[in-house]
Amino acid sequence: MFQNIGEILVLLWQTLQALPKTVRQRRKVFDQFFEIGIASLLMACILSLFIGGVIALQTGPVLAERGLSTYIGGLVGLSMCKELAPVMMAILIAGRIGSAMSAEIGSMRVYEEIDALRTMNIQPVDYLVLPRLVAIGCALPMLVVFSILVGWLGGALVSSTNQKIGVPFQAYFSNLREMVEPGDVFNGLIKSFVFAVVIGIVSCHQGLQTIGGPRGIGRSVTKAVVNSIVLILILDYFLTRVLLYLEI
Amino acid sequence: MSGQAFSSVGVRVQVRGLRKVFDGQDVLKGIDLAVEAGEIFVIMGPSGSGKTILLKHIIGLESPDEGEILIDGEAIQSESVREKCRMAMVFQSGALLSSQTVGENVGLYLSEHRLKPRREIDRIVAEKLELVGLKGLESRYPAELSGGMKKRVAIARALAMEPQLILYDEPTSELDPLMAVTVAEEILKLKQRMQVTSIVVSHDRDLAFGIADRIAIIHQGRIIAKGTPAAIRASSDTMIQRFLTAEFTNNSRNK
Repeated sequence: MFQNIGEILVLLWQTLQALPKTVRQRRKVFDQFFEIGIASLLMACILSLFIGGVIALQTGPVLAERGLSTYIGGLVGLSMCKELAPVMMAILIAGRIGSAMSAEIGSMRVYEEIDALRTMNIQPVDYLVLPRLVAIGCALPMLVVFSILVGWLGGALVSSTNQKIGVPFQAYFSNLREMVEPGDVFNGLIKSFVFAVVIGIVSCHQGLQTIGGPRGIGRSVTKAVVNSIVLILILDYFLTRVLLYLEI
Repeated sequence: MSGQAFSSVGVRVQVRGLRKVFDGQDVLKGIDLAVEAGEIFVIMGPSGSGKTILLKHIIGLESPDEGEILIDGEAIQSESVREKCRMAMVFQSGALLSSQTVGENVGLYLSEHRLKPRREIDRIVAEKLELVGLKGLESRYPAELSGGMKKRVAIARALAMEPQLILYDEPTSELDPLMAVTVAEEILKLKQRMQVTSIVVSHDRDLAFGIADRIAIIHQGRIIAKGTPAAIRASSDTMIQRFLTAEFTNNSRNK
């Protein structure tokens, strides 16, 4: 495990060193950005709408019983931007994009395509890892902003239509505006950026470590997704503590 | 690297005391070779004798456990070697990038290192593909090609680099006899045109004896013979004679 962590950190360092070459790889960055961002939009929309809705559904009646139903907007708003949107989107992207990254790089490794790149003096870090990491680092925070907005809307829909809650749109968003500050959204963006780097680097590393045939590729995909999700959840706790300490 | 002027003359390759162990098994047991600039050097031997792994060491894809590989006197692991000379390898499987078209694969080295303008790269790609009999297939994907066609695209990709050292791993496997002859002729033409150094791993006896300046026979991780084709043919070593004269006969069928 420690060897893996060490290798992942080395790969991250090599990718950071290659950052100035991003402009040269812009076409690949754009392709990856499209794949991660645009192609995940519909799924992110559905997921966020229901997450926002279910928070309202779970907490709304409890708040209403205590005469606090007007706070539902703030509660959904804060939960979405500080915790649920970054974590849920990161898990979605780990499953959807992390698996694809490790499978693609893994199959390139197994079928000697990476060796072919190296014989042409094309560094796999520059050609494969850098565009993916830059693209996911930009796309995931954007997706999280989108998810926050849709989640708020989902909460508002449930709050206004559910008879046990009965908070109209205007009251919901008025409370949300009162309680949610730009710093709270920024908090979610910082988390999502860190999660994006974790997914990108873990998945690429796993792909580059692939050995064997199709079974090896399958094993890499599973490891990439599981390791990414475990790391996201562990890091989420520590990031929350740090951000609370820094009062962001 | 962009815009760097390269010499077109082949390079000298020296392999000294190369040893490699995989999972406790000696795969290469002290290989010594010297391939002169502009020479076509063919390595023959039975399957599993360490030919491909030797090629991977020569191009720097594997690191030796002992010994060294020198390209024009400089260790292959040094950064400057790859900056100074162009080396290409034609993999047995082709190793084409499956997510890119044939044209993008062939022009990959030139476009990634920005050595030529786009239009010039397209012209070179078309020319190299025509050379291997695949004219007009630029927009196809590797998955749409047969094994032999992939091999020819891989050869075109290597040729597009105008390398000084080119390594071929079974270049004629999966090719029909006519295309095998074309590939053999192209290896010879490269030598005549640019004095490219070629190291060819092959089981194909016709190819080996047709193009080689010198041949080495490798067996169980050791070079058991090396010399001109005539010297190898005249060898009295039973293993070499068995390898060079093995034929399918009716007796084999009746066994």
